[in-house]
Parts: sequence; C-alpha cells; structure tokens
Amino acid sequence: MGEVSNQGIQGGEFDLTQFYAVFFEEAGENLANMESLLIDIDLDAPSDEDLNAVFRVAHSIKGGAATFGFSDVTNLTHELETLLDRVRRHELALNSSMVDVLLEAGDVVRAQLARHQGSTTDIPETSDLVGRIKLLASGAVLEAKPKASAAPAAPVAEDLPAGTRRLAVRVGPLDDPKVADNLAELFRDIPSLGTIAATDGGAPDAGRFRRFVVTTTSPDSELIELFSFHVAREQVLIEPHVAAAPAAPVPPPAAAPAEDDGFGFFVDIATIPSVGAAPAAAPAPSAPPVSAAAAAAPAAPPKPAEGKPRAEKSGAANLDSNTLRVSVERVDQLINLVGELVITQAMLTQQVKDLDAAQFRGLLGGVTDLERNTRHLQEAVMSIRMIPMSFVFNRFPRLIRDLAAKLDKKIELKMVGEATELDKGLIEKIIDPLTHLVRNSADHGLETAEKRAAAGKSETGTITLSASHQGGSILIEVRDDGAGLNRGRILKKAVERGLPVRDDMTDSEVWALIWEAGFSTADVVSDVSGRGVGMDVVRRNIAALGGTVELESAEGQGTRVCVRLPLTLAIMDGMSIGVGGETYILPLASVIESFQVEPGMIQTVGSNGRVVKVRDEYMPVVALADEFNVPRLHADEEGKAPTEILVIVEAEGKRLAAIVDELLGQHQVVVKNLESNYRRVRDISGATILGDGHVALIIDVSSLVKRTRH
Amino acid sequence: MMEQFTEAAVKPSEYLTFRLGEEEYGIDILKVQEIRGYDAVTRIAGAPDFLKGVINLRGVIVPIVDLRLKFQLGEVRYDEFTVVVILNVAGRIVGAVVDSVSDVLELTAEQIRPAPEFNSLLDANFITGLGTVGTEERARMLILLDIEKLMTSAEMGIVAEEETLAA
Repeated sequence: MGEVSNQGIQGGEFDLTQFYAVFFEEAGENLANMESLLIDIDLDAPSDEDLNAVFRVAHSIKGGAATFGFSDVTNLTHELETLLDRVRRHELALNSSMVDVLLEAGDVVRAQLARHQGSTTDIPETSDLVGRIKLLASGAVLEAKPKASAAPAAPVAEDLPAGTRRLAVRVGPLDDPKVADNLAELFRDIPSLGTIAATDGGAPDAGRFRRFVVTTTSPDSELIELFSFHVAREQVLIEPHVAAAPAAPVPPPAAAPAEDDGFGFFVDIATIPSVGAAPAAAPAPSAPPVSAAAAAAPAAPPKPAEGKPRAEKSGAANLDSNTLRVSVERVDQLINLVGELVITQAMLTQQVKDLDAAQFRGLLGGVTDLERNTRHLQEAVMSIRMIPMSFVFNRFPRLIRDLAAKLDKKIELKMVGEATELDKGLIEKIIDPLTHLVRNSADHGLETAEKRAAAGKSETGTITLSASHQGGSILIEVRDDGAGLNRGRILKKAVERGLPVRDDMTDSEVWALIWEAGFSTADVVSDVSGRGVGMDVVRRNIAALGGTVELESAEGQGTRVCVRLPLTLAIMDGMSIGVGGETYILPLASVIESFQVEPGMIQTVGSNGRVVKVRDEYMPVVALADEFNVPRLHADEEGKAPTEILVIVEAEGKRLAAIVDELLGQHQVVVKNLESNYRRVRDISGATILGDGHVALIIDVSSLVKRTRH
Repeated sequence: MMEQFTEAAVKPSEYLTFRLGEEEYGIDILKVQEIRGYDAVTRIAGAPDFLKGVINLRGVIVPIVDLRLKFQLGEVRYDEFTVVVILNVAGRIVGAVVDSVSDVLELTAEQIRPAPEFNSLLDANFITGLGTVGTEERARMLILLDIEKLMTSAEMGIVAEEETLAA
C-alpha cells in the first residue's frame, strides 16, 4: 500500500503533459481574468491593483511559456509585459486603444496556446500586433483610423472607435441558409447599426449555419431583437469576434457569396466609410475581422472538404470555452465501469502474482502498466464530478455589489475555503439555498450604515462565506455581523401566524421558528427578500440533499447559518497511516506534525492515562491500534520491536498525539459515505478507496479528540 | 464471477437457495443484486464478529455480514469457494457470506408451509415459511427467509437504530 505515496511518479512524457495541462488551464484562467479586468477597468483612473493584476497575467504566462519552450507565446507576452510594466509604473496612461490591443493580444495568446495544445494548427500572425504593442510601449498613440494606403498589403490595426464592438454572429441551423442574408438587409436599412460581413463566403455549408462578423455599437440584446425579425432567437449565437485568423491571406473576391449583391462586403464602414463595393474590399485593411473559416478555405483549395471544417473547428474552439456538458448519469456510468475495471485489474494482478518473473516478463510488465493506468483512469474519472466551491462562491461578489446598491447598505463579502471541492450534484443544488441565505443576510441581517454607526459598529457590514470539511461533512457557513435575530419580533410573528409558541422557549427553539413556512420578520417586504418564502424552502432543499441547517444568532452581533452537507464524493487531502496491518486515513488538515517515539517520551498519568510533552504542551496519547482494536504488530523476525510514530492531530483547537505504526503517504482521497449502506461508526467519518481497490476508513479527528480529552 | 440474476425476468415466487452448514435457505431472488467471491474486507472496530467489515463494490462501500457466524452454522472458512451474495434491501446494498449458492428455484404456494414456533438463533419473525423441494423420496427442506427484514433488523446492527425505528 506504499504505492499511494508515489502516484505522481511515472513516465517522463506523461508527467510533462500533466504539467502542460496545468499550464494551459492556468493560462486560460489568467487570460479570462485579464479580459474581465480589462473590460471593467476604469480608463480614467485605473486602479494600481488592476494594472498589477493584468501585468501579472502577462508575466506568469510568459514564465510558463518559457519553461515549456513556447517561444511564440513568450515573445508576445514579453512585449505585453513591457507595455504593461510602463503602464503600471504610470509612465504611460492607459487608453482605450491600448485596452483594445491588449484584448486582441489576449485572443492571440489564446490562439497560440490552442495551437500548442493541439486543438488547432493555425499559426496566429503576430508581427503586426507585436508592432502595435511596441508602438504603444514606446509611448506613441495609435490612430483610430490607420491609413489604408500606408500599408495596403499588410494588415493594419483594427482599432475600433470607442463603444464599438466586433462580434462573431452565427445563425442557424436554418432550413434555408439564404434567410440569414436578410440580416445584412437590416444593416443596410439601419445605417447606425454598424456593419455586417459574411465570413463563410456565403456558401450554405453542411451545418446549415451562416456566419457573420458584425461591427456595431448596439448591445447584443438589441441585435437579437432585430435579428428575430428574420430568424428565431435561439438560432442566433453572438460572441466577441476573435481576430485570431492569419491576416495574410486575404480572401479573393471569389470567396464572396455568389448571391452577393452589395451586402456581403468585407468592409468596416465605421472605420473606412469611403469603401463600399465588394471587389474593392479585398485589398482593404479589413482582413482581421474575417474569420478563420473564410481565410482558410481559399488557402487550402486542394482539399476543401477537409480544410474547411478544421478551420471552422479551430474558430469554434477559440470562441467557445473548452468545456463539454455531459449528463451526470453518463459520468456515473463511467465511474461504475471504471470500478469494474479496477476489480478486474486487481484480479489479474492477483492471478499473475506467483508467475516466474523471468519467463513472463512481458506479461508481468503489462499487468503493472495496467494497474497504473487503471488507477490514473479511476482518479481522472472520479475527479470529473468534483468542482471547487468557488464555482458557487464566485457569483456572490456581483450579487452583493448589486444588493448593496439596491439596499443602500455598505457590504463587504469575505470568502473562505473556496478551494474545498464538492460533488457537482451537490454544488448545483446548493446554489439556490445559499443565494437565499446570502440575500437574507444582506437584507435582514445587516443594518443600514446609519444604524450601524449608531450602534457603534463600522459602517460596512461584513458577510462571510466559508466552506470547510468538518467531522465527515462539508460545512458551509453564511455569517453576517448585522443586528442578529430579534427574539421578541419572531415570537410576535409566530403568534400572528398561529404557530405554537411558549414564553419559556430557548433561543434555539425560537430561531427554529423562522424555518417554518411563510415566516418573515422583515420590517419591509422588499423585492430582495422578505416575502416569507425562502427559509423553509432553504431548509427543505438542504434536507433533500441529506444535509442539515443550523442557525445561531446574537442580538447586535450577527447571525450565522451553518449548512452541513454529507460527503458523497467530496475529495480531501489525506495522510494514510498504517496501524497494525490496517490502513487508515487522517485528514491532512488536522495533522500538525509527526515524529518517532523515543523511549521515555510518553509518561503515564494515573493508571491508564498517557501524555506526551511536545513543545511545552502536554497532550493525551492515544494508540490508534487500541482505539480501533487492531491486532498489534508483533516484533519481526530479527526480534526488533516495530518503531512507533506519534502523529499530532488537532481538531477545534485541541491536540492529541496518536500512536501509529507507519506513515504511508499523502494523497487526495475521494470520501465515501459509510452510512449509505452501513451505520455510523465511532471515530470514523467516512471511507475511501485506496489505489489497490481496498477500503480505508477515514478517522474523525474531532470525535477522537473530543472523546479522549474528556 | 458475477451473475446478474436480476436481469432475467423472474416471477416473485423465485428463490435463490444457499447453504449454511447442513441447512438450505431460500431468499427472494429480486433482493439479490449479484453473487461474487469473498474479497479482503476492511475491518470495522467495535462491530460484532459476524460483521466482517466493508468492501469496495465498484466504488460503493458495502458492509459484509457472515451469516454462518451470525447463526453459528457451518465451518467458517474464507477461500476461493466462499461466496458473497450481494443483496439490495431497503435501498441499501449489503453482502452476505454463505457456504455456497445452490440454485434458483420456483416455489408454488402449495410447496410452502408456515414455520412452527420454535426457539433458535434465527428469530421466527424472519422466516416466511418452510418450502419443500425435490422428489417424494428425496425431499429437501428450504428455510425461506425474509432477507430484507433480517438485514435491516436491529440485531444485525447494519442500519442505525433511529432508522430501524423509522422503518
């Protein structure tokens, strides 16, 4: 079972790909992050924090790319870094053309990364972009209307006037793709709308889709509204246009639609109003908006059937996020099948165990590979279902911002433990209850700034969201430092609602009343919350997940709602320990340190109490073998007594020294509920399946500590 | 190794029969999920001796009960012939170790007689009746178990007590 500790060690090639994946993932996140930062940035007064964050994105991608030898990415991000460095030092003022170039550069980096990832073969053209970045970095101001004559053949900056967006529009599937041509009519009829250009050459392709590039100042909703005159809303897909296409091959006029009667021009009237006819468009500096689909088709005439779909796919990969929606049943089916595979593999391993190693070298090697691959496969499949809590938490900053504005309160949101992973099924179902709770905290819990100031609190109220693994469950907390629940008001309301109340009810009994249907004590029924639906729905939803919800409140101090969810597939970091011949898992978070037991270290107190002094602190000693009735390891053949190891664990601030026989390694474990088919076991929070398919029990440290310290 | 008996279209009066020592038992085939060999179990501290521990059944943690130990029948040996019947009872998956699985039999109502009152380790509440199978000369007795009731009973200790009360 020592193998659990060395899961990361395998063939060099595989390892490298693993790091690639991390890099690509991080870079993707970084780019998305940079994009949202740039979009939100205040051009007049950009915050240093944002500028530094954008700089860090470029810097970390550059670093990663250099490590893996992606020189094109390194070169581009280096230029970005130079520019951003000057901006963040306030040597240059940020302007909109800079933001546009940065956004474009982000798209190009994304395309470059996609190529390294193998999802596309297009090599993005960067020389022009790099030129512009250098120009900006040198302090020059890019002109909004570059002169076409200056470099007729070379692609020129596609700087858009402020407020103008370039969008990729896909329409379809349509029974008659020609219907989509009517969209161009719209743009002709409404000149203020902007421009439209077909990018698929107007050819009704196999997918019955039509693609356009639209340059406009109108919001998406308005476009869809207009488009819906001609095509169904569901058939319209609008996305930011990614100018990842190689700028060099300008499509010849032949690529223009055959039925092109003046609307299929590739020209951006907003920038170059003088050009209007389709043939003249070819040399015009509007090549960048042409998508990869159109650009690649003429570039690869010998095999259009193959070239075109590939190019389209690469375009799509740039536009869509690289995720796939798969039904959970399919994933579960996969998990079950892999489980079967693990058993079969274990059986095979067992069967060949006694074969002669020399004679059956090939077979034994194959079985070893199979074992490793099966384990990786199992881990990979298991991880599909796991999503970090940030998936839920990330929607709250925005919600709080909006609520704060709507309620005219000052609210700060703190989030803790976003990395705690939770099964996707649970994550999706916990969003609504949590949103309710956060809204409640913001609306009912926190007071207005004036009231807070009057009560001697800081004007800004704080809502804290936290997630953690605790005692075999996942604990999600929504805490506010608001006014707390008002006992009198709840009781009064409960009487009004005809709920059974007594005067001698404890606080917790009173708080429990708010979970009753139709209960709300908000002074004013606002559109945020307070209609009296909610808390009972929250409780029902959480109960449906097999969880519980508790509420604590102190008047004037705030309210804390704890949602406890069972662990179905939660992953946690564990340390596997050997106790006797058995393997147990200690949650890594609770392990403080470990060391070998020296003679005389452990002292007795009374008849059966044992303590150890670690760094001036005495703590009780527990032999896990005794706790779990494990047969003790006997002295081995040489007569040497097995070495014992003390592992110091902590739960709820209390420490305990546990005697174990072996530390086997640290690894992520998928926590399984023992109670779904069995009952609760003392000091055990759950179980997990080890790499060899065996079950290991996970020790509930808080229960162990609580019990032995009393 | 695994046979999916549940896949076949069976009538409710079909029984899976297995041996515990010299005795032959029958359980409702619809409660049987699969039959498999005995794997290494993970022992659970503080559990009764007949609760052998838990196994990983394709990612699901399943408790394993040795009915031979529970009813003190037969010789308790764990080898390649040891059989575990994986049961699906009351929404739970539980494994039961038996000596051997013999047959799937169809019993008509006439073949089933009520069990008399008696004292044994096996509470009469868990016996739905005694069945007679085989020919006139070589008739065998089948003890028909309400396996669901047995497995979820308090004395098995598989289901937590509050759940037993609720059920």
